[in-house]
Amino acid sequence: MIHRECGVLKTSYAADMALYPVPLARWTVGAIAAAAFGVFPLLAGDYLLSIANLAAIAVVGAIGLNILTGYTGQISLGHGAFMSVGAYTAAILATRAGLPVWVCLPAGGAMAALVGMIVGSPSLRIKGLYLAIATLAGQFVIEWTINHVTWISGGVQASIYVPRPALGGLLIQSQREMYYFIMTVAALGVVAALNLFRTRAGRAFIAIRDHDVAAEIIGIHIFRYKLLAFAISSFYAGVTGVLYTYYLGIANYEQFTIVTSIDFLAMIIIGGLGSILGSIFGAVFLTLLPIVLRYVVEGIGGLFFTIPDVLNLITNVQLILFGALIVFFLVVEPEGLNKLWRNIKDYFRVWPFAY
Amino acid sequence: MALLWIEDVVKDFGGVRALDGVSLEVRERELLAVIGPNGAGKTTLLNGISGVYHPHRGRITLGGLDITHFPPHRVARLGVARTFQNIALFKGMTVLDNLMLGRHVRMRSGIFPSIAYWGLAQREEVRHRERVEEIIDFLKIQDIRKRVVGALPYGLQKRVELGRALALEPRLLLLDEPMTGMNQEEKEDMARFVLDVSEEWGVTVVLIEHDMGVVMDISDRVAVLDQGRKIAEGSPGEVRSDPAVIEAYLGAGKRRA
Repeated sequence: MIHRECGVLKTSYAADMALYPVPLARWTVGAIAAAAFGVFPLLAGDYLLSIANLAAIAVVGAIGLNILTGYTGQISLGHGAFMSVGAYTAAILATRAGLPVWVCLPAGGAMAALVGMIVGSPSLRIKGLYLAIATLAGQFVIEWTINHVTWISGGVQASIYVPRPALGGLLIQSQREMYYFIMTVAALGVVAALNLFRTRAGRAFIAIRDHDVAAEIIGIHIFRYKLLAFAISSFYAGVTGVLYTYYLGIANYEQFTIVTSIDFLAMIIIGGLGSILGSIFGAVFLTLLPIVLRYVVEGIGGLFFTIPDVLNLITNVQLILFGALIVFFLVVEPEGLNKLWRNIKDYFRVWPFAY
Repeated sequence: MALLWIEDVVKDFGGVRALDGVSLEVRERELLAVIGPNGAGKTTLLNGISGVYHPHRGRITLGGLDITHFPPHRVARLGVARTFQNIALFKGMTVLDNLMLGRHVRMRSGIFPSIAYWGLAQREEVRHRERVEEIIDFLKIQDIRKRVVGALPYGLQKRVELGRALALEPRLLLLDEPMTGMNQEEKEDMARFVLDVSEEWGVTVVLIEHDMGVVMDISDRVAVLDQGRKIAEGSPGEVRSDPAVIEAYLGAGKRRA
């Protein structure tokens, strides 16, 4: 993380192309992973773990949207709907076919990928705002379909209760067990995305974002790669939906409306477009923000108002501060939290000598 | 032996006839310069070859294969690389990534081995990195290989763009004004690179350039376009003394006299 390249001699291209070429950075990443998997779940209580679980699920979804919007430059307002496709696919498979989680999870992702490719197919002809509208249409069509086709939604409430997932003989029930399960999936998602963008396909995505004509001239089949980006992104979204479903024990379309799509867009914009670390920052930030804001409003509000008034205020003040913070971030650092982090890192890279 | 045949190609934009029955033959391993006043159709011709535009009439054949209606990515796969008049690099990426993208058509790895970054995908990345490093050495851009392209000065960006085209290991290299906006020293460097590519690597080059000094110095043959028509073709010496060329450039012909 904060590390210096000084004194690191690389003797092969493979070493230079490693994900973390500097030993200290490898150690830092290892330490963070050890803390996340070894220390944190043992020390944290159920409340903290539940927040971490929600954040980790959001990380998967944010990375997915960033692959499409941040890296490939295709705006999507249908991310929430792709999640719902994953959620209901898994819920149906789990309840009606009795399939285990390790089948439902990738199946939900795959189904979402398929739907994502269909919704993304107009990207051959249209881009930018027009594509945003096309995906918005996708969002509403999917929402409506799930809501009105009783075979999918399973009745009036449009919600399906799913049993707790089990891996082998192990029932994943408590927040702690959930944490291990979700974090493993999230970690896989992070590593896969990191690898994607240092190899051929990932580079092609960025090329399409930066200059589509030039990308085609050097031999990239634009439409194929755009569809691939939609598929991968929607796969992540589908997995996110499956994780929500198992975590909450219920698949419900209200969890995946247009508001969700916009929330995830906010995550990657605040975190940093075209950055995996930014996706993580954004997802964690937007998960923690309402919680922190509630404490702040409760704490300060208690000094001026009565408790019932404060409880009334909270939701509104939260929304106001939420919007204000997003505007603040866009103005101060349009490239997001990831850029702020890079600035800090760059400062310490040569610290204490300026050159 | 001709590598590229262009036969009677016509391309209209609205009411403007950009190419009006151009026929041209590009021979194996030669350096052919295409010159002409602004709006003569030079860039349109390159766009026609690389598949950005498709001509309304006529045929373009590469090594015996009719590529008239090929999309750009298929033309690229046949070993046709090009640079652009206004730099068309991937500005958010490093020099290395830009050159690695130039090798896109030479690589095979699909999505799943890439995501695992294991086995074939990893070995392929490293192997192609080695090829890219050779190009970096050739163009003498070692010190900027990890810099983001958008932040580089103009002359270096032009050089990186040439590098990206070379990374494709082209049979046919199309250069659209590679020396525009450069100072004398940069121009000389670029001319040296183009000559080396042509003579030592044996790549067939089609060069659009306005600097007549450079064109006359380095090209084997010169073709002249004016208002969508080819008005002359031949060795630099022949073209220079061709009355039609002098008329097109100086406007001193009989029509206006």
